[in-house]
Amino acid sequence: MQYLGGRRSRNILGGRHFVVARRLDRPGFPTRACLSALVRATVRELLRKVGPVTLAIAVHDLHMHYGDFTAVDGIDLEVEHGEVLAFLGSNGAGKTTTIEILEGFRKRTSGTVEVLGFDPEVAPLSWRERIGIVLQESEPVPELTAGEAVFMQAGYYTSPRDPVETLELVGLATSADQRTRKLSGGQKRRLDLALALVGDPDLVFLDEPTTGFDPSARRESWGMIEALRDLGKTVLLTTHYMDEAEQLADRIVVIGAGKVVARGTADDLAAQVNATTRISWRPKLTDAQPPSGLGAQIDPATGIARIDTDDSLVVLHQLTNWATETGVQLPELNVARPTLEDVYLQLTEGTGR
Amino acid sequence: MSAMTRLLRQLNYDLLIFRRNPAGSFFTVILPLIFLVLFTSIFGNETLENGAKVATLYVPGILTLAIASATLVNPAITMTTRRERGVLKRVRSTPIPPWVFVLSQALSGFVIAAFMTVVITLIGRVFYGVELQWETLPNLVISLLIGSAAFSAIGLAMTTIIPSEDAAPAVTNAIMLPLYFISGVFVPSTTTPGWVDAVGNLFPVSHLNQALQESYDPFADGPAWPWNHWLVIALWGLVAAAVVLKSFRWTPNR
Repeated sequence: MQYLGGRRSRNILGGRHFVVARRLDRPGFPTRACLSALVRATVRELLRKVGPVTLAIAVHDLHMHYGDFTAVDGIDLEVEHGEVLAFLGSNGAGKTTTIEILEGFRKRTSGTVEVLGFDPEVAPLSWRERIGIVLQESEPVPELTAGEAVFMQAGYYTSPRDPVETLELVGLATSADQRTRKLSGGQKRRLDLALALVGDPDLVFLDEPTTGFDPSARRESWGMIEALRDLGKTVLLTTHYMDEAEQLADRIVVIGAGKVVARGTADDLAAQVNATTRISWRPKLTDAQPPSGLGAQIDPATGIARIDTDDSLVVLHQLTNWATETGVQLPELNVARPTLEDVYLQLTEGTGR
Repeated sequence: MSAMTRLLRQLNYDLLIFRRNPAGSFFTVILPLIFLVLFTSIFGNETLENGAKVATLYVPGILTLAIASATLVNPAITMTTRRERGVLKRVRSTPIPPWVFVLSQALSGFVIAAFMTVVITLIGRVFYGVELQWETLPNLVISLLIGSAAFSAIGLAMTTIIPSEDAAPAVTNAIMLPLYFISGVFVPSTTTPGWVDAVGNLFPVSHLNQALQESYDPFADGPAWPWNHWLVIALWGLVAAAVVLKSFRWTPNR
């Protein structure tokens, strides 16, 4: 699947068809979002035929050093207009440093960065008219109501969205008269999003939008981020949750220790990992060892035996044959594709962070 | 939209936020008035041999306290809190010019200080017989302007040494409370040892207090211009402004 750079695909809509098809397969995924993704992908492909693609974000060989410590070590990044890109990595991988450089809050050590056509370090204030930022752990002004906070923020922009409509969009219309300190955690996050959207930005940064959330709050946040996709915004989000990246993003860039270790769609990433199937069971200590040809390994911590293989039918056949012949039980026998979590761990293995 | 429109709109919000902040309102508006009532009750308000009321000494001190609270202490705490809660960072992520936001904060402090000047002057006049002469009114206005401007800059400069939201009230009060005592705000400087006055005179609070004392002088036979006091206050303000330009941060410490 040639959709890695995001810039060109050999056949029209090739990459997009694939992404959309994958999403349609997923149970519970809203059809409206699929269709709008398809429409926007089509428009984008048509535009691409007309003229050169301008990227929303273009980063080349970005470096960031703090003394001897290298936080970002040569990152390349390209984000198209209308795309949702997830920046995936564990804590300390360099995600927040990179996004803060893109937002213009941090000066880089070296490399070129262009966000909506400007270098964030020297961009004029008008550049910020087109950018919305949902900040990690930012609080609204506690003395204002939710509505006042959105109106105040709207006043900072030349052509903002209608504040009332923005409150409705994030589902805060009925709480608009509440002081922000009285809002629940989930409502505060909605307000964060409303504040980021009220300037009607083209590009939205979301830095770890669901870190510390309970599962239902996460689902709710995901719904709102999907809504951004429907609005046609370009979104760059950072996360350390693989499932979040898979759920929300068109493409995923995995970073570890300040370097890009993999990029592509969720399926591209899964394909980069050698084993496609994992067979596992929990052997008794007294059991005979399975034949070494099967390549079974026992995890000393959990006591679970596993075989990673591309040829699961044959291996499973050999394993069950051996078991019936020797009379060994295979308790908790399980055949599964490695989860994306496994993929992620394998990709970032050895980077240390 | 012109910068002036933005400034006035933000000023409106800043004043709204101040009115709704119980701690800020109490320490800036209520506490100075409580002190004024307490001082005149405890120490009395006799008429001196020269015909002036004793409260003539208290009113300028209380006014100094109110101006410092409105333009220095309250903004220092508010801005530190906003910085640490990511409010300032969010402001910087928008196209509003940073100076508009900072100037609005300073102006809101000035508006509150001016309001308190009127209130304290009226209370002093009506209840305690403290006369403010027309001749010295210009002194009062200029002292208020210079004091507010300089104290706003000092308050913002203080945020650069305050590490966290929790530390903000502690640090500002640890600096300001002793200053009030050695600057003749609570205790008239006529009764303090010379070295205390000498130390107090290094800092702007004492000079604002002295400038205000001159503008309440009941025996002034014309406008006096306390240039020396204004100069010291202004110098402090300029140094503070330089610190702000160099070190003011919009992003949280954590």
